[in-house]
Amino acid sequence: MATSTFERRSPPIKLAELSSLSAADSAAINAVLARLKNLPGALLPILHGVQEALGHVPKDAVPVIAKSLNLSRAEVHGVISFYHWYRTEKPGEHVLHLCRAEACQAVGGRALEAHVKASLGIDFHETTADGRYTLEPAYCLGNCAVGPSLMIDGALKGRVTADRFDRLTGVTA
Amino acid sequence: MNATKKAVTIYVPRDSTAVSLGADEVAAAITAEAARIGIDVELIRNSSRGMFWLEPLVEVATDAGRIGYGPVQPEDVASLFATGLTHGGEHPLSLHLVEEISYLKNQERLTFARAGITDPVNLADYRAHDGYKGLSNALAMEPAAIIAAVTDSGLRGRGGAAFPAGIKWKTVSGAEGEQKYIVCNGDEGDSGTFADRMVCEGDPFVLIEGMTIAGVAVGATRGYIYLRCEYPYGERALNEAIKAAYAANWLGANIQGSGKHFDLEVRMGAGAYICGEETSLLESLEGKRGMVRFKPPLPAIKGLFGCPTVINNVITLASVPIILDKGSEHYKNFGVGRSRGTLPVQLAGNIKHGGLVEKAFGVSLRDLLYTFGGGALSGRPIRTVQVGGPLGAYIPDSQFDLPLDYEAYAKLNNMVGHGGITVFDDTVDMAEQARFSMEFCATESCGKCTPCRIGSTRGMEVIDRLVAGDQPVKQEALLRDLCDTMLAGSLCALGGMAPFPVLSALNHFPEDFQKSSQQQTPRVRVAS
Ligand SMILES: Cc1cc2nc3c(=O)[nH]c(=O)nc-3n(C[C@H](O)[C@H](O)[C@H](O)COP(=O)(O)O)c2cc1C
Ligand code: SF4
Ligand code: FES
Repeated sequence: MATSTFERRSPPIKLAELSSLSAADSAAINAVLARLKNLPGALLPILHGVQEALGHVPKDAVPVIAKSLNLSRAEVHGVISFYHWYRTEKPGEHVLHLCRAEACQAVGGRALEAHVKASLGIDFHETTADGRYTLEPAYCLGNCAVGPSLMIDGALKGRVTADRFDRLTGVTA
Repeated sequence: MNATKKAVTIYVPRDSTAVSLGADEVAAAITAEAARIGIDVELIRNSSRGMFWLEPLVEVATDAGRIGYGPVQPEDVASLFATGLTHGGEHPLSLHLVEEISYLKNQERLTFARAGITDPVNLADYRAHDGYKGLSNALAMEPAAIIAAVTDSGLRGRGGAAFPAGIKWKTVSGAEGEQKYIVCNGDEGDSGTFADRMVCEGDPFVLIEGMTIAGVAVGATRGYIYLRCEYPYGERALNEAIKAAYAANWLGANIQGSGKHFDLEVRMGAGAYICGEETSLLESLEGKRGMVRFKPPLPAIKGLFGCPTVINNVITLASVPIILDKGSEHYKNFGVGRSRGTLPVQLAGNIKHGGLVEKAFGVSLRDLLYTFGGGALSGRPIRTVQVGGPLGAYIPDSQFDLPLDYEAYAKLNNMVGHGGITVFDDTVDMAEQARFSMEFCATESCGKCTPCRIGSTRGMEVIDRLVAGDQPVKQEALLRDLCDTMLAGSLCALGGMAPFPVLSALNHFPEDFQKSSQQQTPRVRVAS
């Protein structure tokens, strides 16, 4: 099982010494755990809670979550890496989810994607140098009748042309 | 203010597609303008009627009925008031009586009967529009009779596989287990679909009612709605509605004094397409990676946390209340052959009148695309449509007269699926679309089977070489061979059906795979 491989590769570590979590981050994680850890199948809600509070799931949150749920670190890590939604790096100030799926392709989604990447100067899963934007792909936002579609920090935008993108973000190439 | 003068009721949708086009700004502009000119307005955030090309669609209640204006932008609001918005006055954006708009009038709305009419999170409004009649009837029936009504209605699962809902419920009802669950599949991962989203945002009580009926029928006291995380608007509406249902004792212990108990919770997915597959969804709900399980055992016998579980799509469950309200005969009288009732079709992509068309089974694609859809948005000819999401075939014009019917579609290797229809005009490059199907499969594979995990990446490479004109005959044979391997060697439909869009593109539009010999336009291909 993947679990044992991972465990073998990571030597026992002293969490208190190595953790780079700030006191505030630790407190936020503990608050999420206190609120959700007794739910049946609590791991996904907890990861959502942590990401909502901190913008990402810090690597050093993994042992804390694992311990609280009585899981191995490998199990928690495996779940985080399986799902596209969770990120382990701090995102930019704003997170953009750009739809890449077929209904948006049919109305110029591919050209918009090229424009977005060129004007931000980044690829998917990257953050602009000034730390303002993180770009993520989405495979459908349920807005398929009025694409191309984009979500900015959870707010949905439809009929996004290159011009409208520039106006929404204030970015120009 | 004149005390005898009633406030004018104005509706602006809170549906996320309407919001994506500016509905929140329009609502704010209406409130501000009404205050400025001293008009008393009751602003209701209804949901969408599903005529998305008219959004934001503003409606005003008049003695004659609801008068619509659309698409409205904030800068139109002052002139709307100036020309008599409050009594339905004429304006360049006038749509007149909304219910008389032919797109809406020519539909058969059963599941979406309340869409755009009510305030989605107002329980009193829901009840005033036939809400909770189905559950009230069910609470007075024997569980077996509820299941029989669902079976007799002919309702089949709307999530894709079209399995009869009543038969699934019967299995769960007969299974041994202290605890049983109702799980609603709200993952709606297919591109070109948004009917589940519209229910969650626009009529959440109908889903809550349908799940409660299912719980009463099979003896399940707990339910989960697994909603994709791309739907934050749906999450908010569902949670508001669940709270209201608990407060009024339509959820929880001893529902309306019946002695029945049902608890309900929303759980968010985390951006994995495969978690729409039912066993992967259950793994995810249990807090694990969304790896597909081998079947048997069926979820109906050993589902969530090893307990008997009904897992149904949002639309399947949302169609149950009207069956219990109006009777199975009423529902069954719509449709053709073994496809009974209605299907909420979603018109998406390059289409003039994109939106939701709920029709009895049997309607043709041509009717949907041209009578309802008005042709391509670009004004160019429609070249192909992809029906049934990213695993559905690309259908050419020669098949547009096919009636919407599970069996008729299956005969041609097409798929009705969740009823999404994605339209492409004649500028589409079918080799690019075929390549994307393989890329999507590679991105979203759960990794359990080699043909799906590795074959899809090989598929992209072979298509690249084929299009580049590198030994095309050999590459095409290789591609077909690869598709066969995926079809035969995949545990679930992600790997098992991804070949359908690829093969349909290759079979119906072979010329798109041979362009390198004719022209050398460089294509921008951006890897994710
Ligand atoms: C790869 C894959 C993705 C699926 N995605 C969804 C989905 O997003 N929503 C859904 O309701 N069913 C989806 N299904 C179908 C479910 O496995 C299952 O058939 C459905 O939840 C049963 O509910 P129903 O009988 O009401 O349709 C998917 C199946 C596969 C193989
Ligand atoms: S076909 Fe693909 S997604 Fe389905 S079980 Fe196999 S590897 Fe997983
Ligand atoms: S395909 Fe882009 S929103 Fe659905």
